[in-house]
Amino acid sequence: MNPPDVAAAVVVGGLFAAGCYLLLQRTLMRLLFGFLLLGHATNLLLLIAAGSPGAPPIIGAARIGDEPSADPLPQAMALTAIVITFALTIFLLSLVYRSRQLHGNDEVRDDAEDRRLAENQQREASAAAADPHRTNGSGQARTAADEGGNTL
Amino acid sequence: MLVLIAAHAVLSAVLPSVGRRYGRAAWWVATCVPLATLVWSLTQIPGVLGGDTPDQHFSWAPVLHLEVRFRLDGLALLMTSIVSLVGTLVLVYSHRYSSGGHGRESALLVAFAGAMIGLVTADNLLLLYVFWELTTIVSFLLIAGVGRTTAHRRAAEQALVTTAAGGLAMLLGFVMLGESAGTYRVSALVADPPRGGEVTAAVVLVLIGAFAKSAQMPLHAWLPAAMVAPTPVSAFLHAAAMVKAGVYLVGRFAPGFAGLPTWQTLVLSVGLLSLVAGAWQALREHDLKRVLAYGTISELGLLIMLFGHGGHTSALAGETMLLAHALFKSGLFLTTGAVDRITGTRDMRKLNGLGKRQPWLMWMAVLAAASMAGAPPLIGFLGHEAAFEAFLHPEPIVGDPDAPAAGYQGWVLAGLFVGAVLTVAYSARYLWGAFADRPGVPPVHIRRREPRLLAPVSVLAVLGVLLGVAYPVIDELAGPYADRLPSGPKPYHVALWHGFTPVLGLSVLALLLGLAFFRANRVIRRQRRRLPLLPGAYEAYWSVLDGLNAFAVQLTRRTQVGSLPVYLTVILSTVLLLPGSALLFGAVSGDVPMRRPALWESPIQATLGVVVLAAAGALVAARHRLTGVLLAGAVGYGVAGLFLLHGAPDLALAQFLVESLTLIIIVLVLRGLPADLGTRHTLPRTRLLRATLALALGTFFGLFALVVSSARTDPTIARAMIERVTETGSYNVVNAILVDYRAMDTFGEIAVLLVAALGSATLLGQHRLADSDQPWRPPIELPEHRKSLLLDAVVRLLFPCVLVLSVYLLFSGHWRPGGGFAGGLVAALAFALRYLTGGWGDPRFSGPLDPRIVAGGGLALAGAAGLGPVVDGSEPLTSTLVQFDVAVLGKVKLATSLFFDIGVYLVVAGVGMLLISAAGPAREPVGVQEPEGASGPTGTGQLVGSEEPHASAEPRESPGPHASAEAYGHEPGRSYGNGSEHRPERGREQAHERGQEPPPAEPGPSTGGADQ
Repeated sequence: MNPPDVAAAVVVGGLFAAGCYLLLQRTLMRLLFGFLLLGHATNLLLLIAAGSPGAPPIIGAARIGDEPSADPLPQAMALTAIVITFALTIFLLSLVYRSRQLHGNDEVRDDAEDRRLAENQQREASAAAADPHRTNGSGQARTAADEGGNTL
Repeated sequence: MLVLIAAHAVLSAVLPSVGRRYGRAAWWVATCVPLATLVWSLTQIPGVLGGDTPDQHFSWAPVLHLEVRFRLDGLALLMTSIVSLVGTLVLVYSHRYSSGGHGRESALLVAFAGAMIGLVTADNLLLLYVFWELTTIVSFLLIAGVGRTTAHRRAAEQALVTTAAGGLAMLLGFVMLGESAGTYRVSALVADPPRGGEVTAAVVLVLIGAFAKSAQMPLHAWLPAAMVAPTPVSAFLHAAAMVKAGVYLVGRFAPGFAGLPTWQTLVLSVGLLSLVAGAWQALREHDLKRVLAYGTISELGLLIMLFGHGGHTSALAGETMLLAHALFKSGLFLTTGAVDRITGTRDMRKLNGLGKRQPWLMWMAVLAAASMAGAPPLIGFLGHEAAFEAFLHPEPIVGDPDAPAAGYQGWVLAGLFVGAVLTVAYSARYLWGAFADRPGVPPVHIRRREPRLLAPVSVLAVLGVLLGVAYPVIDELAGPYADRLPSGPKPYHVALWHGFTPVLGLSVLALLLGLAFFRANRVIRRQRRRLPLLPGAYEAYWSVLDGLNAFAVQLTRRTQVGSLPVYLTVILSTVLLLPGSALLFGAVSGDVPMRRPALWESPIQATLGVVVLAAAGALVAARHRLTGVLLAGAVGYGVAGLFLLHGAPDLALAQFLVESLTLIIIVLVLRGLPADLGTRHTLPRTRLLRATLALALGTFFGLFALVVSSARTDPTIARAMIERVTETGSYNVVNAILVDYRAMDTFGEIAVLLVAALGSATLLGQHRLADSDQPWRPPIELPEHRKSLLLDAVVRLLFPCVLVLSVYLLFSGHWRPGGGFAGGLVAALAFALRYLTGGWGDPRFSGPLDPRIVAGGGLALAGAAGLGPVVDGSEPLTSTLVQFDVAVLGKVKLATSLFFDIGVYLVVAGVGMLLISAAGPAREPVGVQEPEGASGPTGTGQLVGSEEPHASAEPRESPGPHASAEAYGHEPGRSYGNGSEHRPERGREQAHERGQEPPPAEPGPSTGGADQ
């Protein structure tokens, strides 16, 4: 096994750094770019992890040279990953488009539900206090109706 | 056993339809199976008494210790008999009592009986848990009824939450027990119990489950609340059977674990508390059912004590009381139901003089209540006697055979006695409340007579007498279980008469004191009103639940801030912290093999790396969408180059093609988006934080790449794949992996691809085309004058060539880089080329092909190719080599995996076509009056023909066609500059359909096909 090379590692690291930075943005399109970069970086990482470069893993007549061939398994995995990344990229893209169509922009906004939850603390507290079972009293009041529905 | 349980399940599945069809008759049908069970269990008695324990089992999931195993021993037989006896009687009773929903109620009751039988005969912890929770669920459904009132729903929910929470604790305990003992068989576990701190904890958890199920204080609040259920349900589930499950479990485990001090402490204290406090509370209630419910809690406490104590006498007492309680308590519940039916109330303050009007019912109730009070010669008396005996004369217990810890016996005995006194008092109070003459209250109005309700009550009450007199039967029945426990020198036997013993004195004293207490009760009650309420467990339950809800809201508020960047920051920081620190730690400690790396593999690689990094860096700084897209493309092409240098031509090819297709589609979609990526209104601090995090992650991954690539010491596992690749008929190993070795992955992948593409197409607006009445039709026609003749001609010439190339790539994949993916992508690019020059207007573009059919057909072909080998008995996805001669071509050697590859090709090509056709018209702006006149809307032409596509992506500035795309987004129903076809209310829909129509100025038969 040959020792690894720094250049490839630097490219992987750089792509991850750029991808992560873009992923942390609020513009969906930037997220999309970040996603693309992360995909590239991961595919490269897969290949590098398999070991040093080699000849194409094609045997027989089409084979050129006697170099040891590269590991084909991560290549097959990366090929699958490329196609899946493509599908996901396009899906993200249609989300960008849809977001633009519905909201007029492609910014990721804070989740409205969560925001409401944070803001309505006061209101909820009072609502909880008014919850019926709190006012239900004790003793016989709880079983005010038996299974026939007739009041005791 | 298995057959019986299955019969219960089948019957309960059938009963709802029987109930719908024949109404009340469903109850008779329902009675059959419990009756059969009763007969069966009676026939099993001789065998079990002879020491036989029939068992049945078959494997379920042995790896998980899951097996279906049933075992019928003494205790199980006793419980089975009780469940089937009471079940039968309750079903008979319900035939008369029930007023509606016969199918549902009877089905649930039968299902419950089946689950209960399974519970008591299960000999596997996990199986036991399954049945345990089944009874919980049935109980929930029966309490809730059809959810008529809040009280019903709340009670059902409370019962479910309490018992299921206990059940979960119990499951945890079961798993801990099973793991530490190495077996999940209950009988083996109890015979050879493990020991240790973990086991003690497990036992506590199991006990919590049992206490919750048996409504022991302080987890008892659900049982009185559950009294909203119909009375037969209360009689069966909440008196005779389900609540006994906890008692049963304690009895089942006692021979193994009663020696643990924790066990004794818990069982005796909780049991005693429930016994006394439950009985005390029963004296306060006015609703007859609630009196009985608190009485049940009290009796269950006694049972838990007796079974949990783990001595011979206490087990005998427990078994006797178990049977006795089932008989008298369900009898009293059924009596209450009859009282309710006859008079319309069960409030003892309104009942006056019922005893005189219904003497038979009263006497039956007296028999049952006397049994409850422990009066001779009834079965309850036998139980009480044995219970006193167990604690009066300390006996050896499990795990503690020599020196019985006498320290607490006195207290327990005192508690037992107080409990007995109170029991007598509330038994008397029940009778008095239901049947006595009450001056000052109007006599009850008898609404109807219900002689048929009395039969089951009478059976239960009379059985109590018969079994009391025939006490040797009980002694025999209880024997198999009790004899397994250690006993003193002279084993106790259940009997009516032991002579003048202190125990008899206690029994008599309890009876007398109880009656006296009942007489004095009214005086005491006045005083007691001033006392605070006894443990408000009902309120406590709800406040715990409220607290939990509030906690959940608070937690959500804290953790779910709703901001995507924050979430991602947390996730990425976790990546950095956990695996990152592991990597650092390994590197420092020298566990990670680090070799001195080479600087670069080749100068070309380094140069390409610099290009890729530069493009990525520029992408981070990009402010315009198109710039970003182009830079992303540059990165992609650069990475493809790196793939090539690494010896992965297949990857490189796929990457090049995918990158091109992505670029085209993104640019098509971009036309509808603002050119600017938006300003970054983030604080500098935030930006710094993000940059730091990103850089740290990049460093981590770079180091990681170095480490993993140098950590590899073993040869590739693909060695065998490479050596045997010719067997697949292929020379390209990567292709062989994709279509042969790991074809299942590929199949999954193309399926995902298709689904994602369909989703994208729908989001991009493809569905509108699909929904229109028109068949698949080109939506745009580029005006003649916008077409570039040269480009058109070149593309027309190129198109077939590219298609041929794609097919060549498909077939050559077996010995060169290529294959279905590459071929399909090239084909998709060919279509993209056609689309960009001619739009859909070119009739030869798509022909009759619907891309969805192409892609779906491809998936079907790949699936068929995968499943094909099954026909002649091989594994799916097997590939075989076929050789045959063709007239002109000569000898052809073919692997059947080629068909799979063709499927992949079709899917990829179809997906590409689908996406392009969706992305194209989706951006089509609303028709605008072009200066040239009556020309249709343009879009693609604009882009291709335009010198500066960038401008077309800035709708705000250019008053061109895109201005109305803007309007489309913001103000549906208003399209600028659309003089001829201004229909505000339908502006949104028209946006697309306009594209399909011929220009408005051009009259023709097809005008407005889909629009009108």
